[in-house]
Amino acid sequence: MTEQNAHAALEEQIDQWRAYVQRRRAISAADVDEMEDHLRGQVTDLTAGGLDDDEAFLVAVKRMGNLDDVSREFAREHSDRLWKQLVLVPDEPGETGRWRELGVVLALAVAAGIWVRILVDASGGDDVVVVRNAVFAVLPFLAGYFAWKRQVSWRVSATLLAVTAALALVVNLYPFEQGPDDGPGMTGFLAITHTPVVLWLLLGVVYAGGAWRSGARRMDFVRFTGELAIYLVLIALGGGLLIGLTVGTLSLVDIDIEPFLEDWIVPFGMPGALLVGAWLVEAKKNVVENIAPVLTRVFTPLTIVMLVAILVALLANGPLTAVDRELLILMDAILVLVLFLLLYSISARDPLAPPGIFDWLQLVLVGAALAVDAVALTAMLTRIAEFGFTANKVAALGLNLLLLVHLAWAAWLGLGFARGRRPFAEAERWQTQYLPVYAVWATIVVVAFGPLFAFA
Amino acid sequence: MHIDKDLVAASATPLVLGILADGESYGYAILKRVNELSGGRMEWTDGMLYPLLHRLERLGYVKSSWGTSDVGRRRKHYAITGTGREALAERRQQWAVVSEALKQVWQDALPGPAVAEGWA
Repeated sequence: MTEQNAHAALEEQIDQWRAYVQRRRAISAADVDEMEDHLRGQVTDLTAGGLDDDEAFLVAVKRMGNLDDVSREFAREHSDRLWKQLVLVPDEPGETGRWRELGVVLALAVAAGIWVRILVDASGGDDVVVVRNAVFAVLPFLAGYFAWKRQVSWRVSATLLAVTAALALVVNLYPFEQGPDDGPGMTGFLAITHTPVVLWLLLGVVYAGGAWRSGARRMDFVRFTGELAIYLVLIALGGGLLIGLTVGTLSLVDIDIEPFLEDWIVPFGMPGALLVGAWLVEAKKNVVENIAPVLTRVFTPLTIVMLVAILVALLANGPLTAVDRELLILMDAILVLVLFLLLYSISARDPLAPPGIFDWLQLVLVGAALAVDAVALTAMLTRIAEFGFTANKVAALGLNLLLLVHLAWAAWLGLGFARGRRPFAEAERWQTQYLPVYAVWATIVVVAFGPLFAFA
Repeated sequence: MHIDKDLVAASATPLVLGILADGESYGYAILKRVNELSGGRMEWTDGMLYPLLHRLERLGYVKSSWGTSDVGRRRKHYAITGTGREALAERRQQWAVVSEALKQVWQDALPGPAVAEGWA
C-alpha cells in the first residue's frame, strides 16, 4: 500500500467518525470540528511514535471516550440544544413507546374533560364557580402526564397535590363577596386570576421532574410554556374554524348544535387541546421549534416603537391627574409583554455568542419600558396616596414593583454583558432565579388578600 | 495509575485554568500538558475536555476564538479571562487547604509506604 492510499483510508475513517458523531443532537458541527482537530492531532503524534494510521486512529478514537457519555456531557452543558428532553440522551423511542404516550395523553384528556363536565353540572349554572375551578380541574391532569413521563417521585407529587388541594379549598371556601352584576368581587376576582399563575409554576416543578432548583430545567419550562402557548393558539384557530364551518353548514338544514357544543365540545375540547398541545411540544419539537424566539425578534423593535410613542404621549399630555388603576393594570400588561420578549430571546440565545446589535436593542426595549413605567407610577402613587388602597390597587402595584425589580436588574446585567463585562450566563441565571418570586406573590394574593381586605 | 473519576472531575477545572493562565492554548495541547504535568498518570477521557471548556466559557472564565493550525486546520483556541484568573486564585486557595490537611493526615495517621516496606 502506498503512502497516499494509506492516508486516504485514514481520511475516510475520519469522515465516518465525523458523520457518526454529528448524529448526536447535543454535539454541534463546530464541536465536531473541534474534536476532529483533537483526533487528528492525536493521530499525528501516535503515527510519529511508530503506529500506523489504522492503529493510531483506533487508539485516538478510544481515548476520545464513550460517545454516549461524551454526548451526555455536552447535553448537560448545552441543554438548549435539546431542551425538550429531560432524559438527556434518550433511547430512540420506538413506535410502540410513542403510541403508548399518546394513549396516556388522550386518556388524561378524556379524564380531564369528564371532570370539567362534572364541574359544570355541579356548579348549577354558576359561571363564577366554573371559572374559579376550571384550572383545578384541568392542570392536575397535565401535571399527571409529566409526572408519568418524568417518573416524578411520590413525595413530590403528593406535596404538590396537597398544595393544590389547599388552594382549591381556599378559593372555594373563603367568603368572597359578590361584586356588582353578579360577577366576583374584587378579592374574589384577584384570587381567580392569580390561582392559574400559582398552579402553572407548580406544574413547572413536575415538568422539571422534581429538579425545580436547576436553572437549566427552569429555562426548559419557560421554553415549554412559550411553545405550548403557540401550539394552543394554532389548535384554537383550527378548532374554531372547524366548529364555525360545522355550525354554519348545519344551521342551513336547521340543526342547532349549540347545546351540544356547550355541553360536550367545549368541556372536552379545551383540556384536550391543552394536553395534546403539551404532548406536541414534547414529541414534535422539531416541527415548530423555537417559534417563540422568532416572534420575539419580530416584535422587539415594534414594541420599542410602541413604548416610545406611549412615553411621548404620557409626557406631552400630562399631568396625569385623571388616571385611575386601569393605567396601572395596563402598565403591568406592558411590563409582562416586555418581560416575555426578553425571556424568550434569552431562552433561545446561544450563551456563547458574542454580544450583538440585538442585545442592545433589548436593552433599549427594557429601558423604554422602565421609563414609561416610572412616569405612570409617579402619577399613580400620588393618586393612591389621595384615595387610599384597595385590593386591586395593591395587587396591581405589587406586581408592578416585582416586574420593575426583575426588569431593572435584568437591564443592569444585560448592560454588563453587552459591554463585555459579564458573561451571558449571569443574565440568564437572574431570569430563572427570579421566577419563584411570582409564585410567592400570586400565592399571597390568593391566600392573604381575602382576609386582608375583608373579602371585598 | 487509575485515579478516581470524582477526583479527576474536581481537579479538572483548576488544572485547565492553570494551564491557560500560562498562555492561550487549544484542546489537544491542554490535554498533552495535563499528561506531561502528571507524568502520564492522570488519564482523562479526551472527549470530556470539550464540554468542560464550554462550561468554563459560559461561566466567563475563558474566551474562545477560532484560528488555524500550522497545517491549516480549523482550531479553537482558549484564553483565560480576568474572571477566570479570580476563579483560579480562589480554587488554588481551596486546594491548598485540602492538600495541607491531607498532608497532615498522611503524616500523622497512616503509615507511609516507606514504613510499610520496613514491615515487609
